[in-house]
Amino acid sequence: MIQFLLRRTLTAFVTLMIATVAVFVVLEVLPGDPALVMLGMQAEPDNLKAVRAELGFDRPPVERYFVWLSGLTRFELGNSYAYKTPIAPLIAQRLQVTLPLALMAVLFAICVGLPLGVLAAWRQGKAGDYGVMMFSQLGIAIPNFWFGLLLILLLSLGAGLFPAGGFPGWHDDFWGSLRSLVLPVIALGLPEAAILSRITRSSMLDTLREDYIRTARAKGAPHRTVLFGHALRNALIPIVTIIGLFFGFQVGGAIVVESVFYLPGVGQLIYQSINNHDLIIIKNVVILLTALVLAINLIVDVVYAALDPRPKIAA
Amino acid sequence: MTAIAATFAWARRAGHHVSFVIGLTLTLFLIGTALLSLVWTPYSVTEVSMALKLKGPSAAHWLGTDHLGRDVLSRIMYGARNSIVVGFVAVGIGMTLGVALGLYAASRRGWADELISRLSDLVFAFPAVLTAILITTAFGASATNAIIAIGIFNIPVFARVTRGAALAMWSRDFIRAALAIGKGPLRITFDHVLPNIASILIVQATIQFAVAILAEAGLSYLGLGVQPPLPSWGRMLNDAQSMIYLQPTLAVFPGVAIALAVLGLNLLGDGLRDLLDPRLRVMRMG
Amino acid sequence: MKKLLAALMTAALTLTAGVALAQPKDRVVIGASLEPPVLDPGLNPAAGIREITYQNVYEGLTRIDRSGKIVAGLAESWTVSPDGKAYTYKLRSGVKFHNGEPLTAETVKFSLERLFGPDTKVVGKALYTSIERVEVVDASTVKISLKQPDIFLLFNLSIGDAVIVEPKSAATNGVTPIGTGPFMFKERKQGDSVTLVKAPTYRNPSAIKLNTIVFKFISDSSAQINALLAGDIDAFPGFQAPELVEKLKSDPRFVVVPGFTQGEVILATNNGTEANKRPMSNLKVRQAIAHAIDRKELIQAEFGFGVPIGSFFPPSDPDYVDLTGTYKLDLVAAKKLLAEAGYPNGFEATLKLPDVGYAKRAGEVMVSQLGKIGIKLQVTVMKFPQWLQEVFKDRNYDFTIVAHTEAFDLDRYTRDYYWNYVSQPFKDGYAELTKELDPAKRKVLSQKLQKMIADDAVNGYLFELAKIGVWNKNLVGMWENSPTPSVDMSEVHWK
Repeated sequence: MIQFLLRRTLTAFVTLMIATVAVFVVLEVLPGDPALVMLGMQAEPDNLKAVRAELGFDRPPVERYFVWLSGLTRFELGNSYAYKTPIAPLIAQRLQVTLPLALMAVLFAICVGLPLGVLAAWRQGKAGDYGVMMFSQLGIAIPNFWFGLLLILLLSLGAGLFPAGGFPGWHDDFWGSLRSLVLPVIALGLPEAAILSRITRSSMLDTLREDYIRTARAKGAPHRTVLFGHALRNALIPIVTIIGLFFGFQVGGAIVVESVFYLPGVGQLIYQSINNHDLIIIKNVVILLTALVLAINLIVDVVYAALDPRPKIAA
Repeated sequence: MTAIAATFAWARRAGHHVSFVIGLTLTLFLIGTALLSLVWTPYSVTEVSMALKLKGPSAAHWLGTDHLGRDVLSRIMYGARNSIVVGFVAVGIGMTLGVALGLYAASRRGWADELISRLSDLVFAFPAVLTAILITTAFGASATNAIIAIGIFNIPVFARVTRGAALAMWSRDFIRAALAIGKGPLRITFDHVLPNIASILIVQATIQFAVAILAEAGLSYLGLGVQPPLPSWGRMLNDAQSMIYLQPTLAVFPGVAIALAVLGLNLLGDGLRDLLDPRLRVMRMG
Repeated sequence: MKKLLAALMTAALTLTAGVALAQPKDRVVIGASLEPPVLDPGLNPAAGIREITYQNVYEGLTRIDRSGKIVAGLAESWTVSPDGKAYTYKLRSGVKFHNGEPLTAETVKFSLERLFGPDTKVVGKALYTSIERVEVVDASTVKISLKQPDIFLLFNLSIGDAVIVEPKSAATNGVTPIGTGPFMFKERKQGDSVTLVKAPTYRNPSAIKLNTIVFKFISDSSAQINALLAGDIDAFPGFQAPELVEKLKSDPRFVVVPGFTQGEVILATNNGTEANKRPMSNLKVRQAIAHAIDRKELIQAEFGFGVPIGSFFPPSDPDYVDLTGTYKLDLVAAKKLLAEAGYPNGFEATLKLPDVGYAKRAGEVMVSQLGKIGIKLQVTVMKFPQWLQEVFKDRNYDFTIVAHTEAFDLDRYTRDYYWNYVSQPFKDGYAELTKELDPAKRKVLSQKLQKMIADDAVNGYLFELAKIGVWNKNLVGMWENSPTPSVDMSEVHWK
């Protein structure tokens, strides 16, 4: 177990290192000189040179890479090019929106998708099953940003129940903030609920076919006990894996959904930084997100290994 | 003779498979619309006519007109073409490279396998939209770059599926027998492994096609895909959002188009899987 | 227990309601499309910086008022010598900076010296190259000497670039701005808002009615209207979504005020160079394009906002001459000119657009209009940084659409600028203009220059960008026009 853990952690770390190189290389070739962007249409050659030096862009790339890396290890992310203020608090501020959004969306997906999947497996081949399968097909096919737009059309412009966008801030208006996250959470969570319901269903049906379940049945255990007592517990293993993967997708989905509802989250920060050509923010946010996804995958792997003690070859 | 009979039997089975039939119908409709848009659309997709702007659905313009008076139906038809091109090319890139890598990893094992697995982990660790945003900011927003970004994301999907399926093949007796009579790994891969995993690749490709259409719509919605004035479904939805108070129907139809296209491909994929081999394990990533 | 709780709740509610009623409203939330990166106009040319800080936080010796006139600011009065080479300013007394430092002639000298000289880092320094030196005459008098007469200097010393700062805080103004204005900086949330509060140091506190101003940044037009409708924002002085104005007009809470700006929206055209010829290097091609431009349709795409222009000059300026008739809308003439130039079937060209609403709208219309004479435009929408690099700096483009919002920017046609226009007669004419002190003669010279670039069809001249102001009908004193980038709040109050 310890060896497995070490191996997993090491590969995650190596992956992260490769990611830093990849991000650095891609952003180094970004057309557009941050100094030029800062000075805009009034850029003069000598101004440009001064600003470049101020940002450290006159140093060789390899040196800049290592300066960045050593800063990362100390959580010193440097100053934003555009705002001239430290980046770490900027990102922290945005995570206050994105993390609750992603967590609530995953919770929503679990609360909706899991029971539906169980229901479908329970009622396999009956109307309930078809209903759930239809829901899941639709849920997978509908893009989350369009679903968000439809929610705005129906529930905020139509019924006036929720704000069409924006975020008042947790400190200023807690309940208002929560209210403004309702539609984004649904938009982000429902397609995932659809996927989850499918996976729960098929994974439960798989377990139901296994020998020990048949034995339990043969011994006369009631259908419900078999379903919830045995099948669900064992079906949870692949479900946990998928929920882990969801967090990774949430990050991508959050970028799009934040832009539908204008939520000041990490996605919008990336978007604004692209507009400001604030490479240093993009660089760090991307790496932090990657580290987050890797960490979650690592945890999922560990949970998986704990739930399923059979020795596994790394898939 | 038996082959023909088998085909007939298969076709009859397929004809009774509801998802397959619906999926195939929707997919053919999508492709048909795209092909039709090559030769005919009711109106020009780029010509502006301000007198007609923001009209609702009518006999002349079935789905209404946009903020510059352009026919929405014509633009959705053109958008179908765009979606199909993106899907084909992105899945093509992902499949060619991914299948090659997956087959190689499965036949060689060892460090090559490890390296390929770790690289695909790396791509998965980046959320797909983030990869696309990085690529399009670095090299500019264009249809081509969006396709490349989606294609890159498809590589590890195919690599993993291929590797898994191929590994299972390599442990089978008939391949061991082929090895024993001195066939090289390359020959075995092409003669035995690839044909035997083709069905899962076809199913996976159908699913990835749907995923690619969704991803492209998302990127275009963010303004990172096809450039104006040429229409794409995602961009149309973006334009529609600021017109939502004036003409809400604009925000409906392109979304319906995306949903129908993706639904069709997914149903087709599921149907194909059931018909080819119900035990196939596909990935649903995006 | 329950009853007690209910009673307490009611009491609390009445109390808060009472407090809210008793207090006169002195807080305003202003929406802005562009977030300023820093808050020091010396560091960055972004209009967003000036919109927030100019007249509110910082003041200049003179200032631009709401009608565009130059009036007294930190200087009570000023005189210009007959030869136009010396400006003498008499400073107002009792002025204090937000950090308590007094305004003196020495401070003014320090501040102005940042604008010129060989090693200045101020972004707007090109505007102040005519200054030779600044002298302190006495404690409240400052004299500026010029190398040669410069008719634009008085204006340039009144805008957001020439505000007066003081030595102790000058270096940190980007993050915590310190000025002499009626409002002082309180806090900033990057990506979200900047908050200003009434400054206790201000010389005339009773004139200022507002206590708190929050500038909230919302770049997306649908988010802008959502915030207005939800009541999160009281005013949007530079509303960016003409398509949504009808919706706001129908809402009794708001007034919609169309105003003018200094922003000429042009189809900027790469005229090419000797080494790198393009179809547009040929005057006939540019004339053909000018004949194909339908300004009426372009302004309809802007939902009726915008004034047609025929040259590079704001219609609100007294020296303006209407040149929209130079090349009338005439597709036959356009095609004939194209054929004469050797392009009977038109040609393909790139249109690289910055990612802003008006440019994208006008861009799609231009594709349609130029398509009618056979010019097929390949559109790319790019983020501003990329646009700056590819179009503005590398000049790797055929056409672009952008608004030039600086005042008195005719001098761009004398520079080695991104549209690659070279004309000695224009340069000579412009040099003559800058030295002319007589307003009547200046008008003649200016109109001659406007006509020259209209005749040469250097760029496609489309329309003057409108400023659409939207605010709560109870809010009084907002600027209707935008003679210089500023959201001056000094006279604003609630009814």
